[in-house]
Amino acid sequence: MNFFTHFGKYILMLKGMFSRPENAKLYWKEFMHQCSEIGIGSIGIVAIISVFMGAVSTVQTSYQLVSPLIPLKTIATIVRDTVILEFSPTLVCIVLAGVIGSKIASELGNMRVSEQIDALEIMGINTKTYLVMPKVAAALLTIPMLVVISMVLGIYGGRFAGSASGILSPETFDTGLMENFMPYNVTFALIKAYTFAFIISTVSAYYGYYVKGGALEIGRSSTTSVVVSCVMILLADYVLAAILL
Amino acid sequence: MIEFRNIQKQFGDKVVLAGVSHVMETGMANLIIGTSGSGKTVLQKCLVGLIEPDDGEIIYDGRSFTEMSHEERKLLRQQIGMLFQGSALFDSMSVEDNVKFPLDMFTKDTLAAKLKRVNEVLERVNLSGSNKKFPSEISGGMKKRVGIARAIVLNPKFLFCDEPNSGLDPQTSLLIDKLIYDITKEFNMTTIINTHDMNSVMEIGDNILYLAAGKKEWTGNSKDIIFSDNKQLNEFIFASEFLQDAKNMRKLEAKGHVGPDGEIKG
Repeated sequence: MNFFTHFGKYILMLKGMFSRPENAKLYWKEFMHQCSEIGIGSIGIVAIISVFMGAVSTVQTSYQLVSPLIPLKTIATIVRDTVILEFSPTLVCIVLAGVIGSKIASELGNMRVSEQIDALEIMGINTKTYLVMPKVAAALLTIPMLVVISMVLGIYGGRFAGSASGILSPETFDTGLMENFMPYNVTFALIKAYTFAFIISTVSAYYGYYVKGGALEIGRSSTTSVVVSCVMILLADYVLAAILL
Repeated sequence: MIEFRNIQKQFGDKVVLAGVSHVMETGMANLIIGTSGSGKTVLQKCLVGLIEPDDGEIIYDGRSFTEMSHEERKLLRQQIGMLFQGSALFDSMSVEDNVKFPLDMFTKDTLAAKLKRVNEVLERVNLSGSNKKFPSEISGGMKKRVGIARAIVLNPKFLFCDEPNSGLDPQTSLLIDKLIYDITKEFNMTTIINTHDMNSVMEIGDNILYLAAGKKEWTGNSKDIIFSDNKQLNEFIFASEFLQDAKNMRKLEAKGHVGPDGEIKG
């Protein structure tokens, strides 16, 4: 299948997601279930990555800033902007593409191969709306929240590493943190988070929903969904930076 | 009643269905039989709309399925139950939730009323007391019965079964066949069963369609099959020597040449 065939099917899947739910209560239940799976289920990994990401940023920035003319508080400013602009939205979303993306693709793939999707279709349920839409909506709601949590934890990790390794005091870090702060950076990071959330959920859903074959193909589609999501995230990252910064 | 006319389906260069026509009668076990790759599953998937035929017409109780809009098909599908080859139960749900799912989706009944209905159908398929078990905790035969319970919970008019006996031992296969047959008669459903299980053919075949290479090769019922001289059908049905002997015995029985104790007369 060439690129255009995949793209066409992907667009048709997105179009098919928008139909009137057969029973709003069940769809809401599924949406809440997905919020828990995607959001709560990823908090642990996001927290660990974010704290260490911030900590490493502080240590490495101080290592590179060797000039005595540059004040120490600059380290905090650099860590803040790096975490908000790039690390939290992009790096966390790339990790989430692996965690959530592979889960969505393998779950839908397994349902397809074991004829569960066919069973839902036979019942008269729009499977794209029932299975894909709640996942996309939950990702759009929870991934930006995870990114905000990641920003906070990343900066806190940097602050902690700075004082723990004697690079700069927490007070100096706080001073640098509040200097020249641009709220637009957070807006930009959230725009990226929404874009990446859409990419992760829809690309992985596409590869899972249309899987053909057996266990081997489910594994393959899961891997492909992660690879394609990561490439799409990096591409979108560049495009958004070029347009919005 | 389901009538289909001139159903054609091709995948690439391979012709899977080459203009199949037949009538599936109400209140009967309608069997589609044939060797692997003869087009049984594709035909059944065409009938329920999981695969679009390239040509032909499908008529459900006088209404053309092929000409129905997406919404009309969705409504009709609420009158269709289907038992899949692998049962297709939702892994994350208990037996009770699996059977209750169509009720949750399409009815506004109270929880008590839904549970009452679930218990009724589970009792009907002899699965009382298995409500809280998960699909991974039950046997293949039980999964099939849960699949049947889920398929009939909304009182469908049409029941489709794709190889209901695959992977089951002969005794459980007979039980599943009998259950499907009894339910068909009890609720006066139009039941379409894909099978290549010879026991099913002989036990419940009210109306049999034999497909060979995507074409209608023979039609009849389980009694006619004994006297059929269709070479392809005989090679398919009575493949072993044992089955050939059984066929000859049945023929003799029908002609009155076998006594009450099985002794051959004259």
